[in-house]
Amino acid sequence: MIIEDLTERIGEWLRGSGPESDIVMSSRIRLARNVADFPFIRRCSDIDRANLEATVRDSMKRHPRLAELDYVNVALLDPLDRQFLVERQLISRELSEAEGARSVAIEKEERLSVMINEEDHLRIQVMHSGFDLQSAWERINELDDQIESQVRYAYHQQFGYLTACPTNVGTGMRVSVLVHLPALVITQQIDKVFRSLQRINLVVRGLYGEGSQAMGDFYQVSNQITLGKTEEDLVRRVSEVVPVLINYERKAREYLINENQHDLFDQVSRAYGTLQNAQQISSEETMHLLSRVRMGVNLGLIGNVEIPTINKLFVHTQPAHLQKLTRSGTSNSQRNIERANYLQSHLRPRPDSSEHN
Amino acid sequence: MKCQKCEKPATFHITDLTVEPLLALHLCPDCAKQYLQPEQAALPAPTTSSVIDKQLKLEQTAEELKELDSKSCPVCGVTFFEFRQAGRLGCPHDYDYFQAELEPLLLNVHGNTKHVGKHPRRMPLEAEVTNAVIQERRELRDAVETEDYERASKIRDRIRTFETGARDGDRDFGDSGSRHAGGEDSGREEHTA
Ligand SMILES: [Zn+2]
Ligand SMILES: [Zn+2]
Repeated sequence: MIIEDLTERIGEWLRGSGPESDIVMSSRIRLARNVADFPFIRRCSDIDRANLEATVRDSMKRHPRLAELDYVNVALLDPLDRQFLVERQLISRELSEAEGARSVAIEKEERLSVMINEEDHLRIQVMHSGFDLQSAWERINELDDQIESQVRYAYHQQFGYLTACPTNVGTGMRVSVLVHLPALVITQQIDKVFRSLQRINLVVRGLYGEGSQAMGDFYQVSNQITLGKTEEDLVRRVSEVVPVLINYERKAREYLINENQHDLFDQVSRAYGTLQNAQQISSEETMHLLSRVRMGVNLGLIGNVEIPTINKLFVHTQPAHLQKLTRSGTSNSQRNIERANYLQSHLRPRPDSSEHN
Repeated sequence: MKCQKCEKPATFHITDLTVEPLLALHLCPDCAKQYLQPEQAALPAPTTSSVIDKQLKLEQTAEELKELDSKSCPVCGVTFFEFRQAGRLGCPHDYDYFQAELEPLLLNVHGNTKHVGKHPRRMPLEAEVTNAVIQERRELRDAVETEDYERASKIRDRIRTFETGARDGDRDFGDSGSRHAGGEDSGREEHTA
């Protein structure tokens, strides 16, 4: 079963490699597409949904490259496995919580997934490690062409690719980068930076969170406009702002080191110490502390832990991952104990061992 | 040290990293709050339905809006009221049927009403044909609900005939002639854009 295979591994996008990966965690592009001869999801009957899901899946499987993907029937998964795929960023919360026929096609390396019967009939997503939007665009453009050779899309001469929500129409494309900005948070510059992004029509969202509170100082920056610009333009607009964000974050880190290195070193060391020694710890606190440690490692303040390990812990300490990895119970307090154990086993220095995973 | 913006004691020492050269500021708590969160704090992106609502109330009288709300798409049956409430359309035809209402909204959200990006490689299917199929699907649901299985099976046959034809039709976008590629995409060229 594919979910069990995924549990022990980490997604390609968590590798912690790729350009500027100390600050840019991942580059993601998604395309919204609909099938021309079905109503949009909200107007689909149960029969329509089932037919639609089967039609899209069967059509995709006729393409030799798309046939290699793993097709997961989300409607048959239990809530724990659905939550697991959400934490993994392979499906959206919306698809997880929807009802009726729905599925997702996943590539082994987890760089791409295709959701069927989300808000739109198809939500195609490509996610690459680091700041690498150009290759993500090339990959998703190719994938889109492959699907289009098998599925007749709803396309309009004037409005382009038609979507259930008019805010996605045209290219149907959302380009985003996931950035780690702990120093801008510590120096309280983050709101200011984001207001300047909103002025140029970019949207900022916290990772996993719905509101403004970002988990672990991770923020997702994406385009708001989808109509009236070419795909290359949209990629360029998001790409252009990333070096600016990176520059702000680096300046903030420099500032923290120059102005109060002891404070910074103290914060990072305490975070690391807590993660190594806590006996019970919540998911939120873990994210917060891992964020500090991640910055500390990138600044060379902590030496004996690798970035891929930290990246992995961000995902593996989420509730569904933890529950599957440690076969712990469903109660919060039990999970908090298991989480502390799991963190210890990955972060405590082991005598005479240089091996890490 | 006094606050640089008023006379109160400065307890916040901020370095603005978003300007060049770096700007050192010494502010009291009130002015610091003002400085770090001027205007309104980052608002969550407005929902589609709230944008639509705002737009419509600007342009329509209550009477006009009431009439508009009852307008319903002949293909999928969605009413304008339902769209306004949920922010989601019912089928591709809605973009034509509600075009006059949607264009100001699109202009507001995207600053544009015309797509300029990529297009499918194959010629899109005729809207008349796909709309008819969507209507058939609606009738199929009705037939199943009323347990009229004979009618349901006839509708299924018609839908299946369409689906087979749609899959095998493979005209390139913009081409006037048709071309056979054996159902696979093996005959497709590298790039059209
Ligand atoms: Zn003051
Ligand atoms: Zn409709």
